[in-house]
Amino acid sequence: MTEHLTPNQRAWRRFRRNRGATMAAALLLALVAIILIWPFFSSPSFASVVPAAMAHPPNKLSDAQFNPPNLQHWFGTDVLGRDLLSRVLYGARISLFVGLVGAAVSLVIGVLWGAIAGYCGGRWDGVMMRFVDILYSMPSIVFVIVLIAALNAVIGRLQTKGSPLSAGTIQMVQFAGLFAGLGAVSWLTMARIVRGQVLTLRRRAFVDASRVLGASHARILLRHILPNVYGVIIVYLTLTIPSIVLYESFLSYLGLGVQPPQASLGSLIANGAEQINSVRIYWWMIVFPGGMLALTLLALNFVGDGLRDAWDPRGDRAN
Amino acid sequence: MYFVRRILSLPLLLLLVSFLAFLLVRSMPGGPFDSERRPASPEIERNLRAKFHLDEPLLAQYGHYLKDLLHGDFGPSLKYRNHSVTDIIAEGLPVSLTLGFAAFCFAVGVGIPLGFYTAVHKGAWPDYVGSFAALAVICVPGLVIGPILVMFFAIKLRWFPVALWGSPWHAILPTLTLGLYFSGRVARLMREGMLATLHAEFIMTARSKGLGETAILIKHAFRIAALPVLSYSGPMLADLLTGSFVVENLFQIPGIGVFMVNSSLNRDYTMVVGLVLLYAALLLALNLAVDFAYALLDPRVRYD
Repeated sequence: MTEHLTPNQRAWRRFRRNRGATMAAALLLALVAIILIWPFFSSPSFASVVPAAMAHPPNKLSDAQFNPPNLQHWFGTDVLGRDLLSRVLYGARISLFVGLVGAAVSLVIGVLWGAIAGYCGGRWDGVMMRFVDILYSMPSIVFVIVLIAALNAVIGRLQTKGSPLSAGTIQMVQFAGLFAGLGAVSWLTMARIVRGQVLTLRRRAFVDASRVLGASHARILLRHILPNVYGVIIVYLTLTIPSIVLYESFLSYLGLGVQPPQASLGSLIANGAEQINSVRIYWWMIVFPGGMLALTLLALNFVGDGLRDAWDPRGDRAN
Repeated sequence: MYFVRRILSLPLLLLLVSFLAFLLVRSMPGGPFDSERRPASPEIERNLRAKFHLDEPLLAQYGHYLKDLLHGDFGPSLKYRNHSVTDIIAEGLPVSLTLGFAAFCFAVGVGIPLGFYTAVHKGAWPDYVGSFAALAVICVPGLVIGPILVMFFAIKLRWFPVALWGSPWHAILPTLTLGLYFSGRVARLMREGMLATLHAEFIMTARSKGLGETAILIKHAFRIAALPVLSYSGPMLADLLTGSFVVENLFQIPGIGVFMVNSSLNRDYTMVVGLVLLYAALLLALNLAVDFAYALLDPRVRYD
């Protein structure tokens, strides 16, 4: 009578019925599209077609410092006369990219750690989860600073010893440090969640069945147990991305994150906060990057909430 | 019994935390005397390192540190050399505690009623507006809302001082900046807890007994529904009470949140380990208190 759906299909249906979440997902897609397309507008072949206000390159200096939003610069200009709209879109691209990669790093560490702890159980589980507990009780900012400092020192040493590194390489190493730092502090909750799920799954009959059939531990874990945890992992992953975007903006605010001339939403906000004085108010330098950050986080959180409601079995009862 | 074991394991956990923190800061490249203003001759630097035992093997250094710690001494700060870590913490902690507690009261005072209200009106427009507000507040970080509050309320309207610490008047904008995010988190937890509780069987029992709706919501549901908020308040308080870099930096408040970041950057080893220990001790103690309160509030919870 009812058609047979896998849990994932059922969740997907429920997600699509959630109007707020689908709208947020559409907004997010539109945002990503704009962010990706925008840089092309400043290329010579496009610049003559689009309005001049859309064709400012993000790093081009000009004499128009601290212009409030106007027809030429829709978001105004910053301390060096750079067009804020293009800088916000450029910064959003880096923020989102860092958020995605950082979340992926935390996903890999967290899932592996949690799955192994949960699957092994017993003493190993105890030791591994105590380690997580101890890391939980330490402020994460210290870890991040140590990791970033270590990487900067590596860059410095390579710089003085061998041939000087190209700016591109340095940038890549700095990004790698940022990813490692952000990923390394945000995997703890993922590990706990996955471990809890695996712990209940490994006692189930289908796991015993495949063990009897002679499957290896790795095969059982990867083929039989983890696919049952995917839903939870995806849900938590979408909620990790905004928290990493937020953390990155905090690091950039400290001057530890993305280095100039690169910009992220956090460093743009920091630039705006530096210009606060009691004589003139440059509100656009905070409001636009901050608004972009808030909008992105809001959309990501909405999608994450929607996914969680869709996968949560309790959702059936509530609706 | 369970709680006795938990309390007894606290010193061991703190010991592990201190060792890990010690290893972590010492594995950082560079040293605390790299950025001295005076050009330090090699002799001076060698003397400094000898004075603070930095020339000894790592484990011996940790031994020195532990010995001082057992006497209640966090050691001298390697950066602010006329002050001990204990002094600096003693000076900044009251400020951070005050600000953090004010922000906690704001977060709970706004979050719990908002979450309660939106849950009771689930699916109606007060719920949509309130829930959206709670989520929106989470998505506007302190480093955005802080400058905006300063620009609008302090510079444009001149209602509040721009920065510094002193009168309660000075505390309002920092409290808002710090507390808004957490009020959103609390509201969401409260709403979820309330929704889950309203489906519970003991609520059905209460309804079938013919209890009034207000009595059910406030006397029966609230106590259980607030439990997620309770378990979140452990880590939340630990975060709030140890100070926030953004807020203290923005409003020039002399708390210890700024030190957490700056001493890590300066390789001020003793300072970092001291602050990490303080944070860990606070968090572990608060989590213990939360679990204890859990057992009191929820008769279904039994620890053995």
